[in-house]
Amino acid sequence: MTSPNDVVITGIGILSSLGEGAEANWTALRSFSGPVLDGDRFAPYTVHPLPEVDWSLQIAKRGDQRQMEAWQRIGTYTAGLALEDAGIKGDEALCASMDMIVAASGGERDVDVDTMILNKVAEGVDDIGVAINEVLTTELRPTLFLAQLSNLLAGNISIVHKVTGSSRTFMGEEGSGISAVQTAAARIRAGQSTHALVGGAYNAEHPDMLLGYELGHFLSRGGWAPVWEREPVEGGGIVSGSGGAFLVLESREHAEKRGAKIYCTLGPVAADQGMPGTQHTLARLERMAAEAGLAGTGMIVSSASGSHSRTADEKTFLQAHAANIPVRGVTSAFGHMRDAQFPMAVALAALSLSHGEALPPLGSAFEAEADAPSSIGVLTVGFNAAEGMAVVSKAEGAGA
Amino acid sequence: MSFTDHAGRPIIAITGAGVVSSLGAGKDDNWARLTAGQSGIHRINRFSTEHLRTTIAGTVDFMTPVEAGSAALTYALAEAATLEAIRESGLSESDFGGPLFLAAPPVELEWWQRLKLDADGREAGGKEPGYDRLLLAARSGEHLDFFRSIQFGTVGQKLQERLGTRGLPVTLSTACASGATAIQLGVEAIRRGEADRVISVGTDGSVTAEALVRFSLLSALSTQNEVPEKASKPFSRDRDGFVMAEGAGALVMESLESARARGATILGILEGCGECADDFHRTRSKPDGSPAIAAVRAALDDAGVSTDDIGYVNAHGTSTPENDKMEYLSLSTVFGDRMASIPISSNKSMIGHTLTAAGAIEAVFSLHSIRTGTLPPTINHANPDPAIELDVVPNQARKAEVKRVLSNSFGFGGQNTCLVIAAEPA
Repeated sequence: MTSPNDVVITGIGILSSLGEGAEANWTALRSFSGPVLDGDRFAPYTVHPLPEVDWSLQIAKRGDQRQMEAWQRIGTYTAGLALEDAGIKGDEALCASMDMIVAASGGERDVDVDTMILNKVAEGVDDIGVAINEVLTTELRPTLFLAQLSNLLAGNISIVHKVTGSSRTFMGEEGSGISAVQTAAARIRAGQSTHALVGGAYNAEHPDMLLGYELGHFLSRGGWAPVWEREPVEGGGIVSGSGGAFLVLESREHAEKRGAKIYCTLGPVAADQGMPGTQHTLARLERMAAEAGLAGTGMIVSSASGSHSRTADEKTFLQAHAANIPVRGVTSAFGHMRDAQFPMAVALAALSLSHGEALPPLGSAFEAEADAPSSIGVLTVGFNAAEGMAVVSKAEGAGA
Repeated sequence: MSFTDHAGRPIIAITGAGVVSSLGAGKDDNWARLTAGQSGIHRINRFSTEHLRTTIAGTVDFMTPVEAGSAALTYALAEAATLEAIRESGLSESDFGGPLFLAAPPVELEWWQRLKLDADGREAGGKEPGYDRLLLAARSGEHLDFFRSIQFGTVGQKLQERLGTRGLPVTLSTACASGATAIQLGVEAIRRGEADRVISVGTDGSVTAEALVRFSLLSALSTQNEVPEKASKPFSRDRDGFVMAEGAGALVMESLESARARGATILGILEGCGECADDFHRTRSKPDGSPAIAAVRAALDDAGVSTDDIGYVNAHGTSTPENDKMEYLSLSTVFGDRMASIPISSNKSMIGHTLTAAGAIEAVFSLHSIRTGTLPPTINHANPDPAIELDVVPNQARKAEVKRVLSNSFGFGGQNTCLVIAAEPA
């Protein structure tokens, strides 16, 4: 049964260590034999690095590229891929009326300037505050601030791709991506929006970003293992990854009217956050699973982070409430992309449904072989907080 | 009585409002000083301003100890504003029961934290100052409070725990429009029928030396440091930038039906929201003002009212050469000749630019203008910009019956969000 305000996915953009574009990433996953890793640059930490990217393919002006730090470039590029995939890129009217919610916590600092200040203070200064001011005023690149500001990823997407219907930036690790998809989809379902660009991006290859996890002792220091099997690995379990995922969401009516290809339909997103601890977490996940309709799905695409206690809780939940549903921990393949975790999982579920193929197991015995599913549950349990769930279903009707 | 608006959607009642600014904590203090034309801008004494081009700000110095840092202040401001709003609404302040929409500044480690980590890293055997040593300190020691302070979801999480809000809080940033966006998201959630009540808050306690340097490098800040309270002069000929400031504003909103059913006092109606992004430049507006114009028109359309129905404009009015010129262009385009006779004033002349919080604080003041029949002035208006022909309520508050206010918020990154706030329907 279909409704004109069903939320359908009509565009997918993915950039990751496995490649560029939805199809390239799908192909890489189908024949997944192990992740692309860099364990040297930030040793003892391992990251899933970005591949070589010709930025000018989606960000034509070099001047625009220079105005962005890496995460903004990744995001702006990936947004372009999604718009192109949806057949919206360059369509002035469709972009001008398109809503946008970007999940973006924040940018990157200038490592050289920070190191200069740390050195100066370590050498001994009369007044630390004065010394910091002196270096900052003389050394900071004037436009760096804009390349760091959370909402300037969306700002750059407006400038480069002309998406201007609305521009909202949500912040807060995985929760930002969950809320972004939840809000964009709810607005479409309620008739508040006809089409929206939603997604996130992350640059793992920056010491300040690693520091953000490691202050909570969350990073793996023993390299990679499948996300379900990181308890024995030294450190906190997370291997982060550079990349981004953007989706074009539309009302069914809007997509069909313009003859768009429809990947799948997206159900309501259940989201919550609350007390830590296994019992509290399980209670929330059970309630959300009922709300989202997880039980009826043929597969679960999970963005489990590998962080020990939270992923253990997730495994307990899956074993107790989804024992017969094969699960895929896609972060094993891509690394943890913080804000982009939930949009990425939704994107991969959509690709699986549109290809009529199950995602293969990604190196863990926790992931059972599976037949092609007709609906997939998407699950994100944030590494520190926030949980989200949704069900995507095979497209019906025109455009499928 | 109808509980639905011109488009058949639930009417949104405002039942609680809270505010903190450099003028004080709470609506009463703020309103008394705002309508007296007092400025909260002062010389910065929180940190050394040597080498800085701007040495003044509207910091809030009475909430948390200096050493607690920005993240703690940002939370404390939000907590104070939300509690004031919820208490006014009569709803539970520990089991609010509706979603939270939070506009908060981006977070990062503060310098005192970096220096502490570098020192700890040296203790742990790290040779050179730098990120390797910070990472060594991170993995060798216990810095969980540092970790919490740099998670972007932390302020929302703490507010959720304190207030008992429902679901996953939404933390957002649309730069200087953030506070208005938080309100807009709340309005939309009630209209979708997802919630009977919401709390929307904008908070910002992020005046640091580095933040000042960053805005200075973009030439955004006033450097008229000599007389701090006179530096913010929106719509004046000699305006030269905004003055950074701190604060928080919060609104409790409910469906009118739900508010009436529980016998709540209706403070006003949040009638409409409009937005439009600008694709011209990262810090400058499209020269024809079309995105801001579209945002104003979208807000009026959303509210189902015409330009004739607006009695007062609460300006974005930052005191930058660019904003005030563009805001005038946009408004005079939408309102035409009528604009000359619509009073418009900028709270920022007194409280400075509270950035992430501004849209929410100014929504609270817009509501209060309607409720008290008083328009706060634009102070420091000694030297009007002859190119800006507006009735800016210069220097002194004015008594005026106002039924409906337009509140503007525009920000870096092409953000434009406008709100229409009205009196309770008779």
